[in-house]
Amino acid sequence: MAPSTFALIIDFASGGMLLAAVLVVWRRALRSIVTLLACQGLALAAIPIAAGAYLGDTALLLVGVAVLALRAVMLPWLLRRALAAEPPGRRDATPLMNTASSLLMVAMLTLVAFAVTRPLTALQSTTLTDAVPTAFAVILIGLFVMVTRRHAVSQAAGFLLLDNGIAATAFLLTDGVPMIVELGVSLDVLFAVIVIGILTGRLRRLFGAADLDELQELRD
Amino acid sequence: MTVMAVVAGGAQLLTVTVGAPLLIGLMRQVRAAWEGRGGGGILQPWRDLRKQLGKQQIIPRGTTVVFTAAPLIVAATSILLAAIVPIVATGSPLDPVADLFAVVGVLFLGTVALTLAGIDTGTAFGGMGASREITIAALVEPTILLAVFALSIPTGSANLGALMATTLSDPGSVASLTGVLAFVALVLVIIAEAGRLPVDNPATHLELTMVHEAMVLEYAGPRLALMEWASAMRLTVLLALLANLFLPWGIAADAPTLLQVLTGVGAITVKVAVLATALATMEVFMAKLRLFRVPELLAGSFLLGLLAVTSANFFTR
Repeated sequence: MAPSTFALIIDFASGGMLLAAVLVVWRRALRSIVTLLACQGLALAAIPIAAGAYLGDTALLLVGVAVLALRAVMLPWLLRRALAAEPPGRRDATPLMNTASSLLMVAMLTLVAFAVTRPLTALQSTTLTDAVPTAFAVILIGLFVMVTRRHAVSQAAGFLLLDNGIAATAFLLTDGVPMIVELGVSLDVLFAVIVIGILTGRLRRLFGAADLDELQELRD
Repeated sequence: MTVMAVVAGGAQLLTVTVGAPLLIGLMRQVRAAWEGRGGGGILQPWRDLRKQLGKQQIIPRGTTVVFTAAPLIVAATSILLAAIVPIVATGSPLDPVADLFAVVGVLFLGTVALTLAGIDTGTAFGGMGASREITIAALVEPTILLAVFALSIPTGSANLGALMATTLSDPGSVASLTGVLAFVALVLVIIAEAGRLPVDNPATHLELTMVHEAMVLEYAGPRLALMEWASAMRLTVLLALLANLFLPWGIAADAPTLLQVLTGVGAITVKVAVLATALATMEVFMAKLRLFRVPELLAGSFLLGLLAVTSANFFTR
């Protein structure tokens, strides 16, 4: 693989991750948000796979395949299952902030991410580290989604955005995360999403809605 | 300044002024074909213009010079844009002023004249259309600036002709993340600026939804003809700008020969016709967006433009 092709793949993968995060903020229907998360998982997996092929690192390739299976297939499938149980009228994200100002906030967060990661990219400018700002922007957008959404599934979407961003940062900054660390993180995310799925079901049974604002009173 | 450069500029102006109504006719014809109607033919907008030009001048009572001057200003800015923007040749006589900021400024001047005319009539619809148009324009103009700015970062120049020359010599520069983001942002804002679906429906006069039609509601006769011709030219220039920024092949160079000028005219006609057909086809399958959703769409396209600029800044090596 030529260095320019590699740079193009990394640019498009990290840019695609950022674009998917922006579209998650933009769209209202939870179903399309889950599809976008699957696309983002695909873009995320492209980073270690391309890096593995470019550097000739088999372990990195394997990690990439694992990431692909987990984040592009398994987690969206789990979220879609949690969503399918929702009544048809309640399949929309309910943002606390209107979409236009959310998008402008996202623009600001992206600029902040590019500004604060400047010292990191200045350390050693390579193809991989140059894309770190986008991964950092995805982290901030994930946090923003978690703060401004109230539906349990969209909170999970925010959490996954956050985690995809962290994973991308790890892939971009290091020459491959140790397999055991990557497995531990992936397992963590998997369990978190399973727990959110169960929580959504119980919320719905108790209150008839998956709105986290209903969780206000303490009980024995 | 050679004679041929002036000829190229003249050819460009002629292509736009004559071709703009034909473009509208083509788009209506494509729409009619998709809907299974016969359609009025590509020449129909020219026939409409000729009919309106022969009618009596009517000025609504109580309107001022703002109302009578607006069609002239809108038409003049459109003609100026057609002369400035590199459409047939990169080295047009007005090339030194073919600057990104000048073009957006001239574009906005026309919009402002139109909205002031809408307010000047004092009718409810005129004011409503003007307020909607300015809401849209306030988000559209910065996005056009940002999207083209993203392309001008690798070039190091805000001159539109220089941008196209760079793309010609290095086609890889638009096949990047920056190029894709800027293209999407630019397509969205051109649709909004030209008042096409899903932002505004040019085919209806429904008071709840109209934007552009509400402002020109009080115009009749030759002034209406001027307004419609000018808005057709704006759409043509914007589509030609889009085509030449991303696919500049066929455009004549700085010192063109006669053959190159003719090739340039042919190439831009084909490119704009293809774009217009695609746009009209898309419109058939699309419903109009609710007015309160339009700022969302435009904020989204602004964000895409901003991302294009940041990625151009950080990914260029």
